[in-house]
Amino acid sequence: MADFLLELRSEEIPARMQARARNDLARMFSEALADAGLAMGPIETFSTPRRLALIARDVPEQTEAASEELKGPRTSAPEQALEGFLRKTGLTKEQLEDRDGVWFAVIDRPGRAAAEVIAEAVKAIVADFAWPKSMRWGDGSLRWVRPLHGIVALLGEEIVDIEIEGVASGASTVGHRFHHPGPITIGGAHDYAEKLRACHVIVDQDERERLIREGAEAAAKEAGLILLPDEGLVVENAGLTEWPAPLLGRFDADYLDVPREVIVLTMRTNQKYFACLDDEGLLAPAFVCVANIDAIDSGAAIVEGNRRVLAARLSDARFFWEQDLKVRLEEQAKKLSGIVFHEKLGTVADKVDRVAKLARWLVDEGIVKGADADQVERAARFAKADLVTGMVGEFPELQGVIGGYLAEAQGEPKVVAEAIRWQYAIPDEPVGIALALSDRIDTICAFFAVDLKPTGSKDPFAVRRAALTSIEMIVASGIRLSLTEAIRGALANRAAQAGDHAVHALDRTVPEIIDFFADRLKVQQREAGVRHDLIDAVFALGGEDDLVRLLARVKALQEFVETSEGTNLLTAYKRAANILKKEDGSWTPDQVRGDGEMVAEEAALLSALGAAGPKASAAIEAEDFTAAMAALASLRGPIDAFFDHVTVNDPDAIKRERRLNLLARFRDAVHRVADFSKIEG
Amino acid sequence: MSTAGGLSFQDLILTLHHYWGTQGCVILQPYDLEMGAGTFHPATVLRALGPDPWKAAYVQPCRRPTDGRYGENPNRLGHYYQYQVVLKPSPDNLQELYLGSLIEIGIDPLKHDIRFVEDDWESPTLGAWGLGWEVWCDGMEVTQFTYFQQVGGFECRPVTGELTYGLERLAMYIQGVDNVFDLRFNDAGVTYGDVFRENEVQMSAWNFEVANTEALFDQFRKAAAECENCLENKLAIPAYEQAIKASHIFNTLQARGVISVAERQAYIGRVRDLAKAACGAWLERERTA
Repeated sequence: MADFLLELRSEEIPARMQARARNDLARMFSEALADAGLAMGPIETFSTPRRLALIARDVPEQTEAASEELKGPRTSAPEQALEGFLRKTGLTKEQLEDRDGVWFAVIDRPGRAAAEVIAEAVKAIVADFAWPKSMRWGDGSLRWVRPLHGIVALLGEEIVDIEIEGVASGASTVGHRFHHPGPITIGGAHDYAEKLRACHVIVDQDERERLIREGAEAAAKEAGLILLPDEGLVVENAGLTEWPAPLLGRFDADYLDVPREVIVLTMRTNQKYFACLDDEGLLAPAFVCVANIDAIDSGAAIVEGNRRVLAARLSDARFFWEQDLKVRLEEQAKKLSGIVFHEKLGTVADKVDRVAKLARWLVDEGIVKGADADQVERAARFAKADLVTGMVGEFPELQGVIGGYLAEAQGEPKVVAEAIRWQYAIPDEPVGIALALSDRIDTICAFFAVDLKPTGSKDPFAVRRAALTSIEMIVASGIRLSLTEAIRGALANRAAQAGDHAVHALDRTVPEIIDFFADRLKVQQREAGVRHDLIDAVFALGGEDDLVRLLARVKALQEFVETSEGTNLLTAYKRAANILKKEDGSWTPDQVRGDGEMVAEEAALLSALGAAGPKASAAIEAEDFTAAMAALASLRGPIDAFFDHVTVNDPDAIKRERRLNLLARFRDAVHRVADFSKIEG
Repeated sequence: MSTAGGLSFQDLILTLHHYWGTQGCVILQPYDLEMGAGTFHPATVLRALGPDPWKAAYVQPCRRPTDGRYGENPNRLGHYYQYQVVLKPSPDNLQELYLGSLIEIGIDPLKHDIRFVEDDWESPTLGAWGLGWEVWCDGMEVTQFTYFQQVGGFECRPVTGELTYGLERLAMYIQGVDNVFDLRFNDAGVTYGDVFRENEVQMSAWNFEVANTEALFDQFRKAAAECENCLENKLAIPAYEQAIKASHIFNTLQARGVISVAERQAYIGRVRDLAKAACGAWLERERTA
């Protein structure tokens, strides 16, 4: 038994790719060894910008030896049969055994040396490794994420010989690029991490992450500040460094006039810095960067350099901000008529018009309650104005946020500014909800109207996302809305703008969009544990397009079908539906004739139906879905008894017809609550 | 040549010339056509294609009309310089060679934080892409480092390694200057502003306000037509020059704001087709030569 160490050393591996590469390496290595029949202990993987490494514990020296016995032809068989057998086994006639007139070959397969198995495995892994993007270099044809320069492969203390396109394995690697660029010799898995550490490389990413997390916090604390935690930045910086050194720097407090989001974003995205807060929770004019060296001047030059880079970026940002503050949103909004939203859907100004109309309608109809219709319209008119600002030009991810700041700065009511600010999120106050919801519904309907709906994996206009967010908003805020009406409204707004008189297309497009919402609803509810078949069962009835009511109904239905009463009723329903399906013609529940001749179970079912049907309908009307389920539950006894004692397929045509009609009436009663044929199980 | 305040702008260039010349690069002078990046130079684009080894270094003036700020922004210019190095095939020690050049111009990697940060390069107008990094020095991007994979839609075999230094930024860093116009151009009292501020002012005015767009559209069409004419006669180099011209005219039209979002893609596609065809003609000549 020995431990195996592999290090694949390359030029800098992108930070974002390292975690997956570690997992892939572990998986591919253990699969390859398992396939070769080499059992081993646990695997650990490591990565730095310049290396991807693996340690496998307790690798046996060789695979298990095996002996295989093959039965050949009879000794009396023709010569050709024997020749064929010798060819197949690779043996000579003398090596065969004659057992009672039959040739036998005994082939011993000695165990294969682990080193040989590992060498093959590593070659295959390098050849098949699935980097998100890989490249060639020099005049070779090998592909790797960046040029591959070295392979350390040690089984115990022995080198495993591997050569891949001119890169040969050995025991030698290099330390930190600047602190220790010369070669170092690794003894084996046991001293790998420590030898590297002595050469300014911390090979374990978890340790580097911890050093960054704790070091950045400490640096902030020492300056009397609080670090704004950002785990994504911790991981990214760990992927960019072999010897992380968090350093705190300060920037000119004058830049704090710029919206906080802009400062944090430019620090995080462009520079990979952490932001700091003061003890009141306000953004402090300081940053923590993570260097990759133990600098000879303790980092003074690095901090100064980073400060200047940040200052240049913030000065750019402040320039845009000051320019933007000079122009009122009314003026900016006028420019939207020059920006194409989509070539088939007009300009952004056209979109703003549609959204404003729909948002006002939501308030006027009392669908979104507690909002002032004029304020909603004002928010909608200004909502997209920040798209033409310099700030959003520089930081597109801050659309909305910048609009919110500008609205506040020009004295708009707080609710209007907040609505603009949160329009791309899920707002929780009415003006914002009206704006955000109508924006999404308009997007969905507009793209469907011009036949640019998402297909398969393609959704270039993020229409699915828009539907998902709409649903979340509707459900979270309990908005009672007829989707059909809202969709018709949005489509009509679009048609009016386009001078499109194809209003007849509504009949096709509206149900298409409703189905689309149904699909999104199923996806969205899956996580909450709501069954998609039950959503189908309620949607299938048609006429239910109020998502809040629909979900309440589905929830009650789910509770019901998961009880034994529900399960039994479902079984009975399926049986009834199957019988009816086999019969030609339609069976109409009104035609239950010949009451006097009914057997007791028929009469009992008929009477139970007479009571349950109206009860279920009334309960649904009152949105008391639990009561509707209870009404259905009352049918379970009578329908079970009916099936136990009554033969539907009676030779007497009148009886037969009556019983089929009874079943049809039962089916329809169930359908008042949900289309049980859509329910699985 | 170094002084206490770091190399002057011109000494920075001379130092890089000397360094890369010693590495066996031919030191070329700027190409005499307007272009948006040093990559467009035929010494990069055309030489990256085909099997022949090639090593070159040169300064290339770059014109980015939309980045002009009338000389008022301390960090943005409509005209600036790139230092471009191409090595084909890319040597195994390309990173070390590059780091050697930084030490040469006065950046001590044990005092400054040098980092290779993922940045994939793609030029839609050249039909080219590669993988590499932007090189950071204390958080500032000083160089684009790329291993070309495709140029003009053709696979690069062998692969060319390309280094593009942003000279003004690098000089600002070395000299510790916060405004590009304050850079010492030489050590005899001339600043970058003395040399170029007026250019920035006038060129911004021309690019944003004055340029005759009708004439520019016409020039674009003519360059495209001339490119086709060259291609018909299998003249790859003049064809490629016309593609460069078309590309720059397109950039100018964009600065004038007369190209809509929808049209933009069509123009880029047109330039790419011309550049690709010129690259194809170049490879064809190599094959038959």
